[in-house]
Amino acid sequence: MLKIDNLHVKLEEEDKQILKGLSLEVPAGQVHAVMGPNGSGKSTLSYVLAGRDGYAVTEGSATMDGESLLDMEPEQRAAAGLFLAFQYPVEIPGVGNMTFLRTAVNAQRKARGEEEMSSGEFLKAVREKAKDLQIDAEMLKRPVNVGFSGGEKKRNEILQMAMLAPRMCIMDETDSGLDVDAMRLVSDGVNALRGPDRSFLVITHYQRLLNHIQPDVVHIMSDGRIVKSGGPELALQVEEEGYGDLLAEAG
Amino acid sequence: MAESAVQIKDVTPQVSGAPKAPDALSARLEALDLPKGGFSAQARADALARLREMGLPGPRDEYWRYTDPRPFSAPVPQAIPIEGKSPDSPLFTDLDRLTLVFVDGAFDEGASDDLTLAGIEIDTLAQADAETDHWARGLYGTLEASGQKPVRRPFATLNTAAARDGVLIRVTGKAAKPVHIIHRRADEAADVMWHHVLRLEDGAELTLLETGMVGARSNGVIEADLARGARLHHITAKRAGHQKLGISHLFARVAAEAQLKCFALSVNGTLMRHESVIDIVGDDASAHIAAAVLGDGKVGPFHHDDTVFITHAAERCESRQVFKKVLKNGAEGVFQGKILVKQGAQKTDGYQISQALLLDERSQFLAKPELEIYADDVKCSHGSTTGAIDEEAMFYLRSRGVPKERAIVFLVLSFLADALEEIEDEVLRGQINDRLEAWLTRRANQ
Ligand SMILES: Nc1ncnc2c1ncn2[C@@H]1O[C@H](COP(=O)(O)OP(=O)(O)OP(=O)(O)O)[C@@H](O)[C@H]1O
Ligand SMILES: [Mg+2]
Repeated sequence: MLKIDNLHVKLEEEDKQILKGLSLEVPAGQVHAVMGPNGSGKSTLSYVLAGRDGYAVTEGSATMDGESLLDMEPEQRAAAGLFLAFQYPVEIPGVGNMTFLRTAVNAQRKARGEEEMSSGEFLKAVREKAKDLQIDAEMLKRPVNVGFSGGEKKRNEILQMAMLAPRMCIMDETDSGLDVDAMRLVSDGVNALRGPDRSFLVITHYQRLLNHIQPDVVHIMSDGRIVKSGGPELALQVEEEGYGDLLAEAG
Repeated sequence: MAESAVQIKDVTPQVSGAPKAPDALSARLEALDLPKGGFSAQARADALARLREMGLPGPRDEYWRYTDPRPFSAPVPQAIPIEGKSPDSPLFTDLDRLTLVFVDGAFDEGASDDLTLAGIEIDTLAQADAETDHWARGLYGTLEASGQKPVRRPFATLNTAAARDGVLIRVTGKAAKPVHIIHRRADEAADVMWHHVLRLEDGAELTLLETGMVGARSNGVIEADLARGARLHHITAKRAGHQKLGISHLFARVAAEAQLKCFALSVNGTLMRHESVIDIVGDDASAHIAAAVLGDGKVGPFHHDDTVFITHAAERCESRQVFKKVLKNGAEGVFQGKILVKQGAQKTDGYQISQALLLDERSQFLAKPELEIYADDVKCSHGSTTGAIDEEAMFYLRSRGVPKERAIVFLVLSFLADALEEIEDEVLRGQINDRLEAWLTRRANQ
């Protein structure tokens, strides 16, 4: 599904290399976790995949189903099935959550040549999914992420993910800021979406999330590269020992 | 399209000091057929005398530092073709309201509703002025005259002397429905002056809506007198032609516990200047004034100036100015806003924000916020910002599949939201928002 090969990325504004030859492959239907120390480049990776401005790819490639992501506009990547749940979801005053989400859903459908969702259908679907995530109707009416608590913002990201039904989901620290119950809700939401045609790249600092969302592979990222990959036990090792030995051993 | 839309015959004399332009005034007056007036005769004569004394502003006038006044003083405007049918459906048509239609500034009785409405007395200036007696007699030109200090506003004085029509509304109770003034164009070269006088008696309430297009050039004045506890909501959404010139003045006197709320939506116009002069004279009163402006210099030059002067002369009053301008393709926005807190106006709460969203580097925003405070127990703040589209928000929207053009529409609406919040009525706010959205979307797709 997602294939990243020897990706080198630097900042456009300054001469700072952040990704230094990162390779990673997530086959269809799998969940991969990415862990790594602060500043190792995890969010940068997710931004570059989603198409944020300000980064220059100097070497390497990133493809989804064999198509190069890097030449596409962010909205084209979204329509192609890529979704990024932000580490810090953005507040947009004056734009209703529902209006925004419905526009997004229909823009993607339109881009794929599918029929747009009627407002009735849309409302019904949102209400159902919001209920599962325990997002109340009042929150849906508010402007995008405005006045949402940290945890509510993260739940709103998952609601959007559920509505947009992407095939490749990247989640950047969706678990941080969630209380224990919210973590379960979000995990249930993600697990409900799991299927043979959908893949996940879950960036997290905590093994706890991976108890709920069982990963197929865990990658350890350091200084812009994947330095070690393994099974779920790798996350346990990080939890117990920290990164010190792991990185020393890999480096 | 670099040339000015009017012929400028005025040559400003090189006199230092008082920026008078007497030649311009004579030429301007000559081109006008001044009505004698009935009940307003004295006010008109006084205005003319005041005007001759002050002259029209020249480009060196400090109050006209950012906007060229000459197109407003030129004797006649250049003809502007009548615009085709708007692709937008007319605003407010589904509301229960009383409509008054003005064509090139003249009341069109046949196209208007019957003017009887509970709690409210409506006349048109032209009809009322056939008589020598009218309740507006003591008001017409009065608030305009008192609004000449400390800054002169000669175009308003010209209007008092020369306006032929407008509405005179006296509200005694709660107006049963909103009054909607619709302006239409007929003559390509119409030089329109309209003058409204509004008197809200104790506890009276009125919502006044104004839409449409006015003339090739327009000069409008509203004098609004709010007695104790009165509430006036004024919402304008004029569909301005791209080449249009317009100047308007609102003079409001706000008595104790009264509330004034004004909102203006402005899209296009070559040269627009709106002055609001608000005197808060009674305790516990409030005045809010807001505008959302969209300017695109692509079709022709765009210059939009909002000039506000709010005077607090009583205790525990609140004033709020929210001005937002979205500018692109070399459009220019101006904001001059002043809050004057007089001695004794304790516990004043004055707020002013003016912001521009520049969609490219060629557009510009000039802001001159001012505070002048002579009371010691007040809370006043002002801020002005000029910025571009928030890239973070832009990326967030696009990462969800919202195309770039559509994302800009969302972010422009987001930027304007604070101004629209000033429209209290949810239905009206929704309609203005929809109008804006439709307009922006059409633009985005062009
Ligand atoms: N726009 C930028 N300007 C300057 N430095 C940047 C920029 N973006 C990223 N960096 C730097 O690149 C490095 C990687 O940042 P990134 O946010 O990708 O790390 P991360 O792995 O997500 O960290 P965390 O676990 O704290 O979220 C950091 O050193 C960061 O300071
Ligand atoms: Mg990060």
